[in-house]
Amino acid sequence: MARVVVDVMPKPEILDPQGQAVARALPRLGFTGVGDVRQGKHFELEVDDSVDDETLAKIAEGFLSNPVIEDFVVRRVDS
Amino acid sequence: MKLGVITFPGTLDDVDAARAARYADAEAVPLWHGDADLRGVDAVIVPGGFSYGDYLRAGAIARFAPVMGEVIDAARNGMPVLGICNGFQVLCEAGLLPGALVRNHRLHFVCRDQWLRVEDTSTAWTTRYEPGAEILIPVKNGEGAFMADEATLDMLEGEGRVVFRYAGENPNGSRRDIAGIRSADGRIVGLMPHPEHAIDALTGPSDDGLGMFLSAVDALAPA
Repeated sequence: MARVVVDVMPKPEILDPQGQAVARALPRLGFTGVGDVRQGKHFELEVDDSVDDETLAKIAEGFLSNPVIEDFVVRRVDS
Repeated sequence: MKLGVITFPGTLDDVDAARAARYADAEAVPLWHGDADLRGVDAVIVPGGFSYGDYLRAGAIARFAPVMGEVIDAARNGMPVLGICNGFQVLCEAGLLPGALVRNHRLHFVCRDQWLRVEDTSTAWTTRYEPGAEILIPVKNGEGAFMADEATLDMLEGEGRVVFRYAGENPNGSRRDIAGIRSADGRIVGLMPHPEHAIDALTGPSDDGLGMFLSAVDALAPA
């Protein structure tokens, strides 16, 4: 078994109103110096050894993200 | 004339869509998400709601439902398909229409009566409208902002595939005020506002939405 992390983020050119709302809230809460916030999704998958990188890429690109609006990064991490 | 109306877990507007089909003198045929069977329908309506709770992304799980495999095959062979609101999101996720729908620009769920301009009256769902007609139908969504890259937007505009555009204030930050688009062959249309809620002045702001269902019946009538 291995742990795989998939991070999905809105593409830079796509408006991210949720991230902007967080960024605007920070100064009101007394946190200064944060210029920009972008909000995405973080998935943790427990996979067995039969799942190869090509399959993981298919999962990430075809289901966990929408390539029209999102980029993804797949990482295997030590479990 | 049989208009199929899909019900996913979390669909809300299948009852109104079926009623709209009946108002257009079509037979409304319920289609179940778990059945890979279109039950002999002539066209399909993918109605609004929150299929699968909008988990992951709106429409992302519904597109893999057994019934959608049949819809995708039929649509590629020219069957008219109308995606309304969540149905539009499902058709985009399924790759039947380009682009994607994302969170409204001010993060609010918007629910109001909305003026739209009908810009393409050649589709299977819009022949009953006059070109440039302005129609008043409800819009209600939290993730209704149409997004696509500039090349795709230019392609849609250049090929005349923007079917509906918001008239007046853009409710959700959609690129280029786009409210609805069509496939290259004009058989598949998706829009965020809800024509099925505007088919009778008794229950909606107008009967301006009925034309979409009547158009489909016309398109399917034997010549």
